[in-house]
Amino acid sequence: MLNITRTHEIVRRYFVVNGFDGALTMLGLVIGFLVSTPADLSVIINVCLGAAVALGMSGASSAYVSEAAERKRALGKLEEAMVTDLQESAHGEAARWVPLLIALVNGSAPFIISLLILAPLWLANAGIPLPLSPLYAVIIVALILIFLLGVFLGQIAGISWLRSGIQTLLVAVVTAALIYLFAG
Amino acid sequence: MVFVKKIVLDVLKPHQPNALEFSRAIAEVGVDYRVRLTVLEMDENTETRKIEIEGKAIDFEAVQSIISDMGGSLHSIDEVEVQSETDVG
Repeated sequence: MLNITRTHEIVRRYFVVNGFDGALTMLGLVIGFLVSTPADLSVIINVCLGAAVALGMSGASSAYVSEAAERKRALGKLEEAMVTDLQESAHGEAARWVPLLIALVNGSAPFIISLLILAPLWLANAGIPLPLSPLYAVIIVALILIFLLGVFLGQIAGISWLRSGIQTLLVAVVTAALIYLFAG
Repeated sequence: MVFVKKIVLDVLKPHQPNALEFSRAIAEVGVDYRVRLTVLEMDENTETRKIEIEGKAIDFEAVQSIISDMGGSLHSIDEVEVQSETDVG
């Protein structure tokens, strides 16, 4: 089913794009808190979690609606060319299931990456001592994940993983700088 | 009892799955099937293939079913070779 629809490429692309969305959003939120009046850790966690859930829902719903429409259109065109009903074939099944799979990846990528980035906050809130301030720890985790997303992109593209990782890291650093500029 | 030894089919199919996956799926339907696919025509969305299947006892319904499952459409049976064999014992 995945082979027929060449879904691997789309899934990979959506994972990176939306994972990046989640990571940068969390980075932006935390830097915003850092340059503002100190807020309670539970407030920071709730705000970031709310954003993570919204990102996940947005990713999942938008991907499902758009992919389902595209698959239905493509199936219709193929049925017209084949002059036959393909609803019961692998193509029909793919048109029904692939949008769900893509929606799952599109929604879960930003959500899971956001949860990973927020891990230092959970730990600090649970009373577990960290080597540095929770907000700075979150920023470091976010930068590491953004770098790793870049490395993954580099491997897909067949280019230097280091260069690709640094490129995405640069984007994160510029984002942080802009936030400090506007909000700091 | 009559066994189908060889059939040649004219099949219209989408480009995906490709010829290798298509022929593998047909071969998996039987134990000793030998499958040969040849391109007859091709357009933007579909391709017409000649499919030759040889085996000791070809299950035509199963072959037809797998072609349909993969989005293919059987246009015609162009060649058939059957053989009657008496049961021993």
